[in-house]
Amino acid sequence: MDILLAIAIMALGAVVLGAALGFAAIKFKVEGDPLVEKIEAILPQTQCGQCGFPGCKPYAEAIVNGEEINKCPPGGAEGVQRLADLLGREVKPLDAEEKPKQIAIIDENTCIGCTLCIQACPVDAIVGAAKQMHTIVAQQCTGCELCLPPCPVECIHMEVIPETIDNWKWKYPVIEIKAAA
Amino acid sequence: MSHYLFILVGAVLVNNVVLVKILGLCPFMGVSKKLETAYGMGAATTFVLTMATGASYIIDHYLLMPFGLEYLRTLSFIVTIAAIVQLTEMVIAKTSPTLQQTLGIYLPLITTNCAVLGVPLLNISNGYNFVESLLFGAGSAVGFSLVLILFAGIRERVEGAEVPTHFRGAAIAMVTAGLMALAFMGFAGLDKYQ
Amino acid sequence: MLMNLFKFKGGVKPPSNKLQSNHLPIAQAPMPSRLIVPLHQSIGGTPRPIIQAGDHVLKGQMIGQADGWISAAVHAPTSGTVLEVAMHVRPHPSGLDSLCVVIEPDGKDEWITRTPIDHRAVPPADVFHHLQQCGIVGLGGAGFPAHGKLTPSKGVAMDELIINGAECEPFITCDDLLMRERADEVVRGIAVFRDLLQPKKVLIGIEDNKPEAIAAMRAAVDAQNEPFSVVAVPTLYPAGGAKQLIRVLTGKEVPGSMRSTADMGVQVFNVGTAYSAWRAVAHGEPLVSRILTITGNVHAPRNYEVLIGTPMDELLALAQPHPDTDGILMGGPMMGFLVPNPQVPVVKTTNCLIAHADRLFPPKAPEMPCIRCGACARACPHELQPFEMYWFARAKNFGKTQEYNIFDCIECGCCSYVCPSRIPLVQYFRFAKSEIWAREREKNAADQAKTRFEFKQYREEREKADKAEKLAKAAAAQAAKKAAEAAAAAAAEGDATPSAGAAPDAAIATVNPEKEAKRATIEAAMARAKAQREAVQPKNVDNLTPDQQKVADDIEARRVAAHLIAPEPVAPDNEKSE
Repeated sequence: MDILLAIAIMALGAVVLGAALGFAAIKFKVEGDPLVEKIEAILPQTQCGQCGFPGCKPYAEAIVNGEEINKCPPGGAEGVQRLADLLGREVKPLDAEEKPKQIAIIDENTCIGCTLCIQACPVDAIVGAAKQMHTIVAQQCTGCELCLPPCPVECIHMEVIPETIDNWKWKYPVIEIKAAA
Repeated sequence: MSHYLFILVGAVLVNNVVLVKILGLCPFMGVSKKLETAYGMGAATTFVLTMATGASYIIDHYLLMPFGLEYLRTLSFIVTIAAIVQLTEMVIAKTSPTLQQTLGIYLPLITTNCAVLGVPLLNISNGYNFVESLLFGAGSAVGFSLVLILFAGIRERVEGAEVPTHFRGAAIAMVTAGLMALAFMGFAGLDKYQ
Repeated sequence: MLMNLFKFKGGVKPPSNKLQSNHLPIAQAPMPSRLIVPLHQSIGGTPRPIIQAGDHVLKGQMIGQADGWISAAVHAPTSGTVLEVAMHVRPHPSGLDSLCVVIEPDGKDEWITRTPIDHRAVPPADVFHHLQQCGIVGLGGAGFPAHGKLTPSKGVAMDELIINGAECEPFITCDDLLMRERADEVVRGIAVFRDLLQPKKVLIGIEDNKPEAIAAMRAAVDAQNEPFSVVAVPTLYPAGGAKQLIRVLTGKEVPGSMRSTADMGVQVFNVGTAYSAWRAVAHGEPLVSRILTITGNVHAPRNYEVLIGTPMDELLALAQPHPDTDGILMGGPMMGFLVPNPQVPVVKTTNCLIAHADRLFPPKAPEMPCIRCGACARACPHELQPFEMYWFARAKNFGKTQEYNIFDCIECGCCSYVCPSRIPLVQYFRFAKSEIWAREREKNAADQAKTRFEFKQYREEREKADKAEKLAKAAAAQAAKKAAEAAAAAAAEGDATPSAGAAPDAAIATVNPEKEAKRATIEAAMARAKAQREAVQPKNVDNLTPDQQKVADDIEARRVAAHLIAPEPVAPDNEKSE
């Protein structure tokens, strides 16, 4: 008898709470997933696909669904750190080698004007027309390297962005260590 | 009247739920890296804990006791707390998605926060009435939020300090928590002036 | 004239060291062996070079054209031949190269035709243009183009025009000497600014350790019967900071978030700027020389009038540096920096060269931990909390440094000067600021890349949809044509057997369009698929002239030879798809 009463009371409680939660689920419904946008804001938007996903947004969505956060080489160790901070996950070393920022340069003497790189560029940073020489708009180039493989004559190479007065940064002050006497 | 005040102040400072009773350490260590998340977690836990004490008192006195089902206390309390936490999460998700993200996994984990279950159980073992239960619950929650925020503030600064490499991260946080607990021992003297 | 002065918080009183260089009149520096004129000398767009190597230029001829509104032209400092337009080290703490025009003087120092303007007779826009073309920039240190600051702010009446003759940094005396010797022209320049800005009051602030300059300026103001007040302000570093001088003279506090003081109804100009503006307006002379102090570890410290672009080592030699000199400090000891190499040129904002020696500036003892004494916060003229900013800058927690308003810091160096632990606070702040800027640039680049990527995706979708629609339409049109033909044929037939044929024909006619439409959509889908396939293949290899075909074949052959691709019949496939 007791056990039936206990079951009845617990069942009653479960029904009441379940009803309350069900009501709340409808009342406080959230559309979309704002987390994806937050993650995307951290990703460097090179759209390079080095993470194995076709662009930064798909990777952001994959991260929300449990993908590792260390698969974005352009974001670097700092990007991993910021993702870890946002998501409360462990910081992991980058899955690939970190490279300095680069841009693609077309060797204009070798270019045959095949437009393949233009089609490959995810950010439309290559200008040119069929059988005309192509060139890369340096300001728009994200350094994703996606234009390298399609080029039939291998006229595209990557170059590290040089340091100029405009992008020069003050160095972290070095603390001098005095030799012990 | 002063009796209620003693319960409240006692719960906040003297018998602090985290530093004296050593309950709810999981969020205490987990969400104290940034001040903003600590504020959010403090607010969420305060809400859940106060609600949980009230709800568990009602359940205990009007549902379990009349039928002699006191042995179902732990079970029914956990179910109630879980429901309240779910509710809180939905409300937070709707009103402040940022807070929901920063709290991350710790928000649903309030369910398993031992402070939230411990306080209703302590209420019953202390034989508190409804108002006392609520005060004790609210006081414990404020105490939890207080030390969480203090701790987060300290940790933010410790981030910039020259901590020996092997002490970085969790180790120095533990040391800090220990020192804070020592400091809170000082409040034990408050009851001398009753 | 008595007036109520205000005070700014903080500040320090370093030994002024001005007496060494202010007792001799300004001397003309001899013509250097060559002049290196950097094109980027002011805030804003980098001027574009408009001359080439080998060109002969006259003194005052424009060599760099202003790029945009906030930018000022650059001119040849003397007549001579352009040796090259190339990258050279610029006087900048980075020690990096930037585009410079190198000129070999011909010794004639021959002026180009100069065109003065009457600033009262022409509209202000013409005066601004003239100042921009003459390359007049703020000579106090920042190098902001003067015409930008002279443009009145919309909706805010100009209350005070402040002329900055405070010159608070130790060692520097160039403004002092300029005011003593050329007060008349400085005051005329101030009058030009006054006419353009129409302020209610004009205040000339000069630190009270320069009594001769104050007297000279007062005499010049009286002689010209101008209603300017020359105010002696207490000597306290950094009284010459724009915001500090505004505070002292008017009591107005400029909020950190405000981009321009003009929005507060105040504008500040350096005395040197006023002088060169007058030379530009009244004589049509562009900014090709400036007065600069050479002092420090030298025998004969003095002020010289120097051509822009003169290499610093040649100038330093004039003052006979002591043998233990080991570097050149550009600017004062508080805010200046060691130039990367002694051959760097003088630019428009170079106000002082200090020969550096350990005897004069003993190397700082190593940094000690911050003891949170708060001396820096007491010394900060901007009421910031340097110890907090330092803490977070050191931990690279840049968000927090911004919460403590790091961008209000003017890098005056008061905090580093008073720090008992000898922490180079300003270096930490500069580090944090440039990191924050770099992040900002990266963020902007990422945002731009994202919008471009999204647009490309949208464009590809649209192109695909357009193509499919076009094909579907063509197919439908064809189907309709066929149906019409069938109907016509049926009608023709119907003439012969009207009673028997009409009904089934009509049925066929209704069925057929449906079938046709279905067929059309399938065709369209196939075409879409084809188009997709096509998108990954080169599209430009058909309709070739024989010559081009030959070239392409050659390339193909080379590719095969290089084992880049396996030989395969590409052309027929393409013909099919077209």
